[in-house]
Amino acid sequence: MGNTRLAEIIGRHERDLLAEWTRRQMDSFGTGRDRISETQLRGNSQDFLRALTEALLRNAGSDLRRQEWSSMKDLLGEISRQRATQGFTPSETAVFVFSFKQPLFTRIASEYPNDSEGFAAELWTATELLDELGLYTSEMYLKSREEVILRQQQEMLELSTPVVEVWEGVLALPLIGTLDSARTQIVMQNLLEAIVARGANLAIIDITGVPTVDTLVAQHLLKTVAAARLMGADCIISGIRPQIAQTIIHLGVDLSGVLTKATLADALQLALKKKNLTVARS
Amino acid sequence: MPVVKTVELPLTRQEDVVAVRQRTRSLGVEIGLTIVDQTKIVTAASELARNTVIHGGGGKATIEIVKEASKQGLRLTFEDCGPGIPDLERAMQDGYTSGAGLGLGLGGSKRLCNDFAIESKVGKGTRVTIARWKA
Ligand SMILES: Nc1ncnc2c1ncn2[C@@H]1O[C@H](COP(=O)(O)OP(=O)(O)O)[C@@H](O)[C@H]1O
Ligand SMILES: [Mg+2]
Repeated sequence: MGNTRLAEIIGRHERDLLAEWTRRQMDSFGTGRDRISETQLRGNSQDFLRALTEALLRNAGSDLRRQEWSSMKDLLGEISRQRATQGFTPSETAVFVFSFKQPLFTRIASEYPNDSEGFAAELWTATELLDELGLYTSEMYLKSREEVILRQQQEMLELSTPVVEVWEGVLALPLIGTLDSARTQIVMQNLLEAIVARGANLAIIDITGVPTVDTLVAQHLLKTVAAARLMGADCIISGIRPQIAQTIIHLGVDLSGVLTKATLADALQLALKKKNLTVARS
Repeated sequence: MPVVKTVELPLTRQEDVVAVRQRTRSLGVEIGLTIVDQTKIVTAASELARNTVIHGGGGKATIEIVKEASKQGLRLTFEDCGPGIPDLERAMQDGYTSGAGLGLGLGGSKRLCNDFAIESKVGKGTRVTIARWKA
């Protein structure tokens, strides 16, 4: 019952509600104001009021799983995503909803001058609902932060896997970081593609920057070497530090069919030798 | 055996394996393991953590700094409530895999550590405990 009444109250006071609420939001940002314009805030707030009134008029209650709340949820999701990318903190983002409480409560009070019971009931409905909406906003904020981070990681994956041609027909792939999961697939794929694209017949895979070589990493390396061989390129694995060499032996991984060198420089020397090239001091 | 410090980590996704490695490494540094010993226990941790995720369907890792007499070491326990291992002897054999691995994880971890114990019950789960002592 309280639902449509709340919609009426909001409708009657829309203009000054909007003005006061926007001002409160601007004030709460203090020095961070420049991250968001008053126009954007006012727009967000207007959209919020519209979605709120719409849902209230359809007696949506405070259970956000109900279908009546779907456009409100879309809106809050969108706002949270905006704020997350604009560098707002989670609480600064939740303020959007929570700062609406005070202006709304004042208006509710003015509508129930001599009816404290009616006022309490209406207040309760409004509080419960705004809390739900505020929590939802925080959740969406966190979710979009995660998405941002995930995307950045993905971008890093692509950035951090350069295949360089160190000599005509000789490619080098310096690997840095964790070598399992998604990254290895991408890295190895890049190398195989580069072998084809540049018509290379030697590839140096340098693992100096790989902290752990376990059986999964070893398996990926072995597979890559085998695939490269099928495409007519020999691989040299370099940068096998003493402690890594020891663990590989203890694990029982057989690298006997693979060319290995302690350093990238050694590997390059071997590569040049295989191409019948010599480096001489002039 | 007195436990100086305990760290528990979840093991449900591939990324959790990375966290277990990192934590094992930092605790190894804390008690002053040599680079070679750090690398050995971290590699064993990586194998067993991945087994917990892939074969055991997820579980948890417990990393402890333990003291015995005058020596200090790292003790790691990997537990899951997965399908268990029907034939432990065969699972420990180098080259045996029920999946698509190299089948060297269990045997390799045993060789990389000072202590190695494995218990498993079909339908109940698996627990592997390893330790590496400071030389
Ligand atoms: N936690 C576990 N739960 C169930 N089965 C396991 C577990 N750990 C190992 N196994 C079994 O032991 C086999 C050998 O393990 P491992 O030596 O690590 O080789 P891989 O992981 O390459 O298969 C696995 O293929 C699997 O069948
Ligand atoms: Mg394994």
